[in-house]
Formats: sequence, C-alpha cells, structure tokens
Amino acid sequence: MSKGRFGIHGGQYIPETLMNAVNELEEAYNHYKDDPQFNAELTELLNEYVGRPSRLYFAEKMTNDLGGAKIYLKREDLNHTGAHKINNALAQVLLAKKMGKTRVIAETGAGQHGVATATAAALMGMECEVYMGEEDTKRQALNVYRMRLLGAKVHPVTTGTATLKDAVSETMREWTNRISDTHYVLGSVMGPHPFPTMIRDFQAVISKEIKAQCLEKEGRLPDCVLACVGGGSNAIGAFYHFIEDESVELIGCEAAGRGIDTFETAATLATGRLGIFHGMKSYFCQDEYGQIAPVYSISAGLDYPGIGPEHAMLHDSGRAKYVAVTDEEAVEAFEYLARTEGIIPAIESAHAVAYAKKLAPQMRKDQIMVINISGRGDKDCAAIARYRGEDIYE
Amino acid sequence: MSKIREAFEGGKAFIPFITCGDPDLETTKKLVLAMAQAGADIIELGIPFSDPTAEGPVIQEANLRALSGGVTTDKIFEMVKELRESVSIPFVFMTYANVVFSYGNTRRSGSEEAGGDNAAIGGTEAFLQKAAEAGVNGLILPDVPFEEKEDFAPACKKYGIELISLVAPTSQERIATVAKEAEGFLYCVSSLGVTGVRSQITTDIGAMVSLVRQASDIPAAIGFGISTPQQAKEMARKADGVIVGSAIVKLIAQHGRDCIPYVTEYVKQMKEAIS
Repeated sequence: MSKGRFGIHGGQYIPETLMNAVNELEEAYNHYKDDPQFNAELTELLNEYVGRPSRLYFAEKMTNDLGGAKIYLKREDLNHTGAHKINNALAQVLLAKKMGKTRVIAETGAGQHGVATATAAALMGMECEVYMGEEDTKRQALNVYRMRLLGAKVHPVTTGTATLKDAVSETMREWTNRISDTHYVLGSVMGPHPFPTMIRDFQAVISKEIKAQCLEKEGRLPDCVLACVGGGSNAIGAFYHFIEDESVELIGCEAAGRGIDTFETAATLATGRLGIFHGMKSYFCQDEYGQIAPVYSISAGLDYPGIGPEHAMLHDSGRAKYVAVTDEEAVEAFEYLARTEGIIPAIESAHAVAYAKKLAPQMRKDQIMVINISGRGDKDCAAIARYRGEDIYE
Repeated sequence: MSKIREAFEGGKAFIPFITCGDPDLETTKKLVLAMAQAGADIIELGIPFSDPTAEGPVIQEANLRALSGGVTTDKIFEMVKELRESVSIPFVFMTYANVVFSYGNTRRSGSEEAGGDNAAIGGTEAFLQKAAEAGVNGLILPDVPFEEKEDFAPACKKYGIELISLVAPTSQERIATVAKEAEGFLYCVSSLGVTGVRSQITTDIGAMVSLVRQASDIPAAIGFGISTPQQAKEMARKADGVIVGSAIVKLIAQHGRDCIPYVTEYVKQMKEAIS
C-alpha cells in the first residue's frame, strides 16, 4: 500500500490527480537507475560538464586557527553553477528526457536549484519554468537573471510567505495542471515518494567521493561530517554512504534564524512536530491546529518549514544529530571562511561552517572533520552586505 | 444507509462548498442555513489551511481571509454543533491532511514520544471524535490518496464519519480500485489542475462515471470548475451530484457579510438546473 517510507516518515500524500504521475516516475526511475547506458550518460555529464569529482580540500589555516580536528572542505561550491543542486537537476532532467517529457518545472528558494534546472534544461533542450517566492526573487535577484539568461521562465510566487514553501506549493499546483509532457524537478529530498529516495541517490555521489578521498588522503574514515539542512539534499548526499559506518558522526545544521526561542526561525527539528505536508509525513514547523508556520532564515535555501523524511528517520534513530545555527553565527562563519581560507561559501553552507567552528576546537588533533560546502556565496554578497548595514548594488 | 447516501435518494444532489470563517463564522452560519433552505443536499465545509495545495486562487484567498480573521478548528467545531440544532442535511468537512493529523498535538519533534505512531493517532482521533460530536458526517482530504488512507480510515470508521474518496481525469485504472472501497459518495474531479471556475470542462465525464458504475454503486458527484447552471445541468445528466466551490466563494469575496441573498439565489438556480 503505502510506499517510500523511512521509519514512520515519507509516503505519498498528494492529490489523486498526481498519483499516476508519481507511479510512472517511480517505474521509470527503477528502470533507469540500473541501466548502464543511463548511468554512463549521467557519469559523463557529471565528470565533463559539472567537473566531478569535487575536491576534498584540506583547510589548513582553519584547522590551525581552531586548534582541534583536522578540517576538510568538500568543495561542492566548485561544481558548474556553483552548488550541489546540479547533481540532482542534471540527473532528473536526463530521466525526464528518457521518459519522453519535453518540459520541466521546478521550485527554487535561494535560486541555486532553479539555476541548476534551467542549466540542465538548456543543455538538454527542454522547456523550463521555475517558481520562486517573490520575497526570494528580491533576495536573490542575480539568480533570477541567471535563470532567464539560461532560457527559463521565472514565475514569482506571491501567496503565503512568498518563500520556498509557497514556491513548492505553486509548482505542485502547476504539475496537477499539466502532467503529460511535464516533469517536476523537485530540488530537495522531500515531497512524495519516489522523490526523497531518487534525489538522495542522485546526491549520494557526494559521500561516495568523500569516503574514497578521505581514505586516499588519510587512510581512514572521517570522525564527523557536517552539512547544512533545509529540505536536506546536500546533507543526505554527504551522509548517505557513511550511515553504515557507525564511527562517523553525522551532523546536520538547521537554520535557527533569529533563534529557536523566537518565531523567526526555520529550525524544523528544534521547533517542529510530526505532520503531513508537501506529499510527505515528516517534521514540520506548525501551530497547534496544524497550520504551517511562516518560517524565517537569512538563508533563502534553508527557509523551509519541513525536513526530508530520511532526515526525520535519522533524527528519530539518533544516527544523525541536528543542531540549530542562527543568522548571526552563519554570517560570522561566512566572513570567517572568506578571510581564513579565501573561500566564500553560500550562506546555507556557512551554517555548517558555523557549527564546525564550535565543534572543531573540542576535538583532538588526530580527528578528522569534513564540512560539506554545498555552494558558493557570490549570490549572497549583496544580502550579507545589507545585513551588515552596507547597501551595495549587485 | 448512511446520511450522505440518503442525500442522493431524492434525485440529483447539489453540494455547495464554502470556507468556514470567510469572512467570519457568523456569516458562515447564516450561509449554511440559507443554502440548506435554498435546496442544498449536502454542504461541504472547508476548514482553512495555511497552504492549500489543491486550491486555485479563489479558495486560496478564502483560506487566507478566514485564517487572518482568527478562525480555528475548535471554533469551527463549535459553529457546526450550533448549526446542527437547526440543519439536518449532511455536513462534510473538506480540509488538508495536516489539519486532521496534527490537531491539538503539541509534542515537539525533540521529545521522546514524538517519533512514535501514537503521537500521530492522537491528533487524528481527537479531531474525528470532536467532528462526530459536532454532527459532521463526512471528511474529504484532497492530499490523501487511496494508498495513504489508512492514516485516517480506522479513526473515521470508529467515529462514524465517512472518508470521501476522489478520482481524477488521470486516474484511469485506479478508478475501480478507489470506487470499490469508497464511502458516502465518490468525488469525481472534472479537470486537471486545482479548484477554480472553468469556461469548459474537456474531460469525458461520461466515461469516468461509467468506470465508477462498473466497480460500485456509490453515488458519483462531479466537482472542480463548475459554475453555471448550464454546466451543472450537463454534469448532472452524467452523474448523481454536482459540487460547486469557487463560484460561491467568489460571491462571498465580492459581497462580504452581505453575501447571503446572492448565494441563496445562486444555490436556488443551481438546484433548479439539475432537478
């Protein structure tokens, strides 16, 4: 009956109109995931077009400065289009093409997934439309322009809080309106089955590489892996192949916004409850009547009231630990990594860097920490400048 | 025979939908009384949700108006209880999974018991118990397909509330599976997309209903996109009932608290058209 469960989480809580579409997608995914031709094409794209494998860089200055664990940065920010989102977008658009679809639609928060989908669509000759909260089109104006440049149509979403959750709702609505030629390229490990499983598989290349790279450089596995979590796609990608290695601590960093004791937060596991929304059972920020909370974070990519179902399960079992990082801590980490290593991380990824700054000094020098730098921070410079009281033009 | 099925016994059923608390609960109460008198056979009462993913702009805005007016599920239970003193036709709640599943549940994800199944059943059970006490006969959850109904069906059964199933133009071979286990009536979604007024309905409704008939004797009611008496008449020829939401919600949006005579007149016209 119910499919795609992670413990009690997951499932397919969607309108009947979409059921055959997700069933068709599941069938196609199950077929192509083991298809040598599909995998050869995807690997070729990831290597030659995206520039994989991404580097596992030893952050020596940061290591020395913090005086604890040896810190490595997984450089997903060096991927083509500047974030891990391209891993999933290319794979899904390729799959959609194999399924005979001619049009893709996507939601986007920070704009990175929208840009990645627009890029993949341009490359593979597909029509592309992206739904983005109006608030986010302002925070991430540069990414809106990039999507248009890539030939995509961007629809500002004005409903609700005009951020990521509303963009997801609107893309779902559009999908029910036009299914036969259209695939919904969901950007995170959320939504109805098969999306959380399929997207995790497409992002798992991150942990597969980290494992091999760490073994090669250090001759052993890392002691902990840190990643930021909104829906959780870069985190599940960085965690997945380590879930079986109990010695590796997995730490997801949620966006606390102005703090988990305020209403302006997006830290789902710190403040949310079990619920059903956007196609899945998982944890959500909500009130006592099940109304979804208007969440807030400085990071448009983490500004989401839920979390992917596999993270919810890892949280329940205790296999992964989730911590909350405030705007202020993330902005400090954003500036810190720029100054210390000459790397400007996405404000999303800066949440993981912020927690690493707290954790690394408590670890021994012979221990190894990996931080997933899920994206680059060029897109955030204007917003961070504004946060610091400096008004610059993009 | 259930109260909902009985409502289809006297000919084609007209089923209006309104969002509770739009623009306020006093108006909702008056509307329900007026619609029942004007010939409505069943009334669909929407419990507003912050993120109604199956709704078009008209009902989305009604949800927003109701919530910003301060309506809550508990206040709606109270209103229904009061209405039951004077209205006898079946009431069907239409809302989203989380409104039922998370009702009155305040346990945080960090707490020990939150991960267990009991936390989940608590919300749903409590909701259905109160809905039944208030006199509600059915429940429609557009984001709960056949495959996920086990989260809700056992508690619905326990409290005697029929869980209404939906089929859509894309359902095809699923129609038989869904219809066989359907209760109350089967909600046949006329068109792709979300709720809202449509100038034309292009789906072959006749074919859809005949698939339902082959699988079950459940009454089939058509909804999504219907606004004119002409459309209602056409749909009623092919099915057992007609559901109208956005067209009525539009009248409410237009006239606010003064909407009662306009909606009354509209319901009369629609009921006449399908009779």
